[in-house]
Amino acid sequence: MSNKLSNAQIAWRAAQDIENEAYVNLGIGFPEMVAKFQPPGRQAIFHTENGILNFGESPPEGEEDWDLINAGKKAVTLKPGAAFFHHADSFAMVRGGHLDVAILGAYEVAENGDLANWSTGPKGVPAVGGAMDLVHGAKRVAVITDHVTKHGQPKLVKRCSLPLTGVGCVTRIYTSLAVIDIVDQRFVLREKLAGLSLEELQAVTGAELVIAGDIADLVAPEI
Amino acid sequence: MDKTVPDLAAALADIADGMTLMIGGFGGAGAPIELIHALIDRFRATGGPTNLTIVNNNAGNGRIGIAAMIDAGMVAKMICSFPRSADPRAFTEKYLAGQIELELVPQGTLAERIRAGGAGIPAFYTPTSYGTDLAKGKPEAEFDGRMYVQERWLKADVALIKAELADRQGNLTYRKAARNFSPLMAAAAGLTVVQAMRVVEPGAIDPEQVITPGLFVNRIVEIADAQQEEALMRAGVAYS
Repeated sequence: MSNKLSNAQIAWRAAQDIENEAYVNLGIGFPEMVAKFQPPGRQAIFHTENGILNFGESPPEGEEDWDLINAGKKAVTLKPGAAFFHHADSFAMVRGGHLDVAILGAYEVAENGDLANWSTGPKGVPAVGGAMDLVHGAKRVAVITDHVTKHGQPKLVKRCSLPLTGVGCVTRIYTSLAVIDIVDQRFVLREKLAGLSLEELQAVTGAELVIAGDIADLVAPEI
Repeated sequence: MDKTVPDLAAALADIADGMTLMIGGFGGAGAPIELIHALIDRFRATGGPTNLTIVNNNAGNGRIGIAAMIDAGMVAKMICSFPRSADPRAFTEKYLAGQIELELVPQGTLAERIRAGGAGIPAFYTPTSYGTDLAKGKPEAEFDGRMYVQERWLKADVALIKAELADRQGNLTYRKAARNFSPLMAAAAGLTVVQAMRVVEPGAIDPEQVITPGLFVNRIVEIADAQQEEALMRAGVAYS
């Protein structure tokens, strides 16, 4: 294993915590990969904000139906038991607490559970989509992310500096180096890569890592 | 009762400068391309309607549909959640030049504001956007120990909708995920104009299958071979 998990491996790790028959929303982009890594014997039901429950993977090229797309506007397919619904129903599922898990990307996550994942600042055209709804959407809101930015700066921070998506909403973070829960506004370390010392992990984390109980090795298959 | 009209021009009659138009669709699914392009044709021929406010999840893609309306200079303001797309040039250029206004609304809040507009609910509270820049200036309140943001209803002068089936009384079905905002918009507009892939007689749609009841619909025009926005995009079509 290299010195950090790939995006696919982070997605695989997050997928291991999704229970059978859970109702799940995956954010656009990198989080969509989580669907590929469900453990054998488990079948989650995926929700997409634009109005489908129980959609499946993309059809082969040339067989797309562009009236059958997900929130990322990619063509998808339907599984048996799928349903269509309008946007008000879709976001009733989201805000009404009817989803079990939402897994989202992040620019920054703070130790108090605040998430910033929609805007990198005042430049350009702002766009929010369903991000602010989804953070209030699920019984469990998890983030998957590289542990640091492209420039090596911590993405797990004391307080977010970028515009917030939601306040105190994140409960678990899967990174390229560790699995961290947010408990009582603190980062509680659950798993870390075996080759990484606690000091090394703390050095790339922007707020204190709390140790409560055993720290398991973070392992993922080569994908 | 027969709400069908003979052509697109008749369907779009009375749409005037300064109106607010809700346009159905999420990305290319459900975009009423023929209605939009016919409105652009009218603008080119007569100079109106212009100075429009458009409500849609997005702000156009490529050089067709809403993007072509923006290119034509018909749109003063967009109310949307995600003004980005595979090819967002039309909106981005005008926005960065200060030539178009943007009201950015979280997607679920946008849907609920439209629903409230159609349902006669002037305001509601939602957890969405609490503590963020998009809640600034809005009333907040605590309910059962949690904070919420007050949002106002959203109504429109006109809704432009794409349906799969319509009967002559206006009962509608939609195709797959092309439904998205359309049933909400149909209720929230003073004048709801529908382009349907097929118009059928009352009774031909099983009442159990009706998605939008005809009461919400004013005009129906049959466009049997309606184009799909994403398919047009991929074919490189431009209407600007």
